[in-house]
Amino acid sequence: MRHSALVRVTHWLTAASFIALAVSGVAILLAHPRLYWGETGAVGTPSLIDLPLPFRLTGQSGWGRYLHFLSAWIAVLTGTVYVLGGMRARHFSQDLFRPLLPAKYNIVQRTTYAAVVFVLFPLMIWTGLAMSPAVTSVLPMLVTSLSGQQSARTLHFIIAAVLVLFVVGHVAMVAFAGFSRHVGAMILGGEPSAPEVQT
Amino acid sequence: MSRLMTRRKVIATALTAIGGASGLAVAARLADWYGLIPPDHGGLYGVGETLTYASHRLLTARGSLAREFSPDQISKVAPVNGPPPTVFDYQQLVRRGFTNWRLDIDGLVARPSSFSLADLRGFPVSRQITHQACEEGWSFIAEWIGVPLSYVLNLVGASPNARYVVFYAYDDDWESIDTADAWHPQTLLAYGMNGGELPAGHGAPLRLRVPRQLGYKSIKYLAQITLVDSLKDVGDGSGSSAPGYGYSWYAGI
Repeated sequence: MRHSALVRVTHWLTAASFIALAVSGVAILLAHPRLYWGETGAVGTPSLIDLPLPFRLTGQSGWGRYLHFLSAWIAVLTGTVYVLGGMRARHFSQDLFRPLLPAKYNIVQRTTYAAVVFVLFPLMIWTGLAMSPAVTSVLPMLVTSLSGQQSARTLHFIIAAVLVLFVVGHVAMVAFAGFSRHVGAMILGGEPSAPEVQT
Repeated sequence: MSRLMTRRKVIATALTAIGGASGLAVAARLADWYGLIPPDHGGLYGVGETLTYASHRLLTARGSLAREFSPDQISKVAPVNGPPPTVFDYQQLVRRGFTNWRLDIDGLVARPSSFSLADLRGFPVSRQITHQACEEGWSFIAEWIGVPLSYVLNLVGASPNARYVVFYAYDDDWESIDTADAWHPQTLLAYGMNGGELPAGHGAPLRLRVPRQLGYKSIKYLAQITLVDSLKDVGDGSGSSAPGYGYSWYAGI
């Protein structure tokens, strides 16, 4: 079987929560599309990046925040089940770090996959929590190590942009390799039906 | 045999469902008892809100302190959202320099009281230099000067049955905080900022400061404080005016 049930279920839960996080993240960002470095930043202080987006103070950051935190919980809980289940099933050691030959995916694919799971997602959680005044009251190192709350916000945006690029590349490669066969394999399990083209 | 198995299966499934449902009901009761359910817990978004609020209350249960900063870190720019109230009552107070302003405290207290600004200034002074972030994304660091809310709560004889402190403002906003924040040493009734009086835009003559939550929780232009045991019958039951605008009651993230 190409993908285990654990990988298939967590893949689509992660996909759904990622879309919700990206949409709600943009809704929150539009309330103040400027990024700063350090602890503080506001209109009237120097910015690091002025995004070419309009300031929208029409309340969309309200549902944006509700949806962002709901989908963040789903993503984090799904990710926890996926990592623990993957460790138990030796998914990471057998398919990712020391794959059984012939490997299903090449070294670039495996490195990217590992970086998304073990570097970028944890960084999103870290930079997200570093913006919370309640969480940093317990763990100030979360934000001081990033040189401030506004730095955490900026890094959260940049890593999110990298993850969106990954998803675009991921979907493009699935499309090149045969979209319906590979999506079918991720939904139903089994091997992609036609002869495999490595991507 | 197979029919028996099926029946057994149905009974087992039903018992599991009943057990699961009553387990959830007991968990919800316990969570409510320990104050882990926010007033805006309804609907799909309420699931996320409850998880966030409950986990933050467990995480901060030992009274963690918001980060404090040194005087040289105070921001030169401290923006505000929106102008001071335009209502006649507030304008009258401004014209008389807030000399006739009173803070009324009632509800579940032994001694309902009314304090003038001079009364509050006569109480022990607490100063903090803390970070204030707006949910929009911008932030600043400022020094806040005031009296700890816990001091005033002790003075009026807050009842142990009081689970929420409700704040009413001159701009018709209202807000509430739980006991964890109400008795927290950094929760201030602030009448001063950056060494001077509290500027008009920052909530003169008195505002709340709750530094473990985002800026909109620190309600400005205070008029009245009421202690209650439940938020269900206060206003629309959502705990503050924020949910009415589409924003969550708890703002610790």
